[in-house]
Amino acid sequence: MIRLANVSHDYGGRGLLKGIDLHIAPGAFHFLTGPSGAGKSTLLKLCYGELRPSDGEVELFGQPLAGLSRDALADTRRRIGVIHQDCQFLDHLSLAENVALPFVATGRPVPEADLRELLAWVGLAGQAESLPPTLSGGERQRAALARAVIMSPEVVLADEPTGNVDPEMSQRLLSLLVELNRMGTAVMIATHDLPLIRSAKAMVSARVLRIVDQNLQAAGSDL
Amino acid sequence: MSDAQPRPLRALGGARRTPGFGDPAGIVPATGSAAWLTALISAAMAFLAVFALAMSLSSNQLAQRWSDTLSQSATLRISAPPSELDAQTRAVLEILRTTPGVQSTRVMDEDEQRRLLEPWFGPDLPIETLALPRLIEIAEDPGGFDSVGLRMRLATEAPGAVLDDHTRWRRPLVQAASSLRVLAWFAVALIAVMVGAMITLAAGFSLAANAQVIRVLRLVGARDLFIARVFTRRFTLRAFLGAAAGTLLGIGAFAVLPVAGEAGFFTGLGFQGAGWLTPLIIPPVAALIGWAATRAAAMRVLKRET
Repeated sequence: MIRLANVSHDYGGRGLLKGIDLHIAPGAFHFLTGPSGAGKSTLLKLCYGELRPSDGEVELFGQPLAGLSRDALADTRRRIGVIHQDCQFLDHLSLAENVALPFVATGRPVPEADLRELLAWVGLAGQAESLPPTLSGGERQRAALARAVIMSPEVVLADEPTGNVDPEMSQRLLSLLVELNRMGTAVMIATHDLPLIRSAKAMVSARVLRIVDQNLQAAGSDL
Repeated sequence: MSDAQPRPLRALGGARRTPGFGDPAGIVPATGSAAWLTALISAAMAFLAVFALAMSLSSNQLAQRWSDTLSQSATLRISAPPSELDAQTRAVLEILRTTPGVQSTRVMDEDEQRRLLEPWFGPDLPIETLALPRLIEIAEDPGGFDSVGLRMRLATEAPGAVLDDHTRWRRPLVQAASSLRVLAWFAVALIAVMVGAMITLAAGFSLAANAQVIRVLRLVGARDLFIARVFTRRFTLRAFLGAAAGTLLGIGAFAVLPVAGEAGFFTGLGFQGAGWLTPLIIPPVAALIGWAATRAAAMRVLKRET
């Protein structure tokens, strides 16, 4: 689905990633780890086309990113659900509106039953009309997950989804992502939350990748 | 929320239609100076456009009126010693009676001449002591008369008579009115350009202020046209409503504007008959300009983004 071949990315004249090869296959579950500033978020952005590689090739669903028109890239992004650490909500819209935004962006009517079901799945049925600033960190992350999956994407990319939540909420979010993976959605989580990775490995067959010296390596047995 | 009978989600148009669903323009926060600035600019420009339109229509009517009035009449002036004045007048009237194209003639009496001179010399002018020429007003047939032939006859049979067919007055007046019309249309065009430029600036400001909205929309898979539409709908509506208010104000101003009497220079300045409907074109045109300006600005900004 998503393939990076010998991808490099420079940031501000400094090489951040170099010679990255990555393949996210259907149904795969990946963790991406590494120290802060190693380039985890950058790698995720390359995977959904927000950033273009300085070198190498990114392929999204069989199409080279470089060859995608602006409209084609927008259509491709509907097949990728993204969860940001800061959630990227529009604070003047209600939670339900934020979650349904990908649907609204397609110009199609929002199916209320599906929206209700999705909000219930992430445990936010009672907060549908709340504004994002009034929600807790965990609620915001679950809402971000709901928005990421409302279009039934084939892959979900999560950037530090448990960065601002307590361990209990981390486990709850992980459970939702694992459940999603069991339904066939590929998942890649960028995190430096090692306990989260360890508990995930007990639930799902996950591959752990670590960014070391600008490159991607499979993590050792310590994880 | 009850599972048995869930309350309709307000966001989906339940209790109250909220932004982001019923109207995609609501995805952009309602607050912001760019929105009301657009409405204000549109209102002010529409108000000015009403005046420019009125000027254009009036100058058209004025040119037509001056042309029609002056082209259907002529004046004949007889300057002669008092002892010969009556004889020359009779001779001239006879010539005119037999001239094809002359519909009627009328000799102006002293009272009429006094009224003509009154604006310059005041009401107490002793006109009988002045050696004033005699004036004959000539009304023409629609086909007019042969002024060259008439002048030749007058030169031989009434040498003191001078024919003025108003050509030298008519041409500059009609030219002036035509120039006024061109200027008025230029003003309308200038106003349209100004509205476009100002809305482009306001839209650019709004786009910059809502960079986060654009970023989120792009991340969730919105195409450029959808994002542009989010902004264009809002600015188009503001431009239309502002222009509608300005147009109504302008029409109202003309409705209460005092005009000079029948014979006044400004008679007909403003709208007449169906002309009152002409300014109603302004709000849709303003909306169209707002739409085009915002769309162009939005597409330009979006193309710069990844």
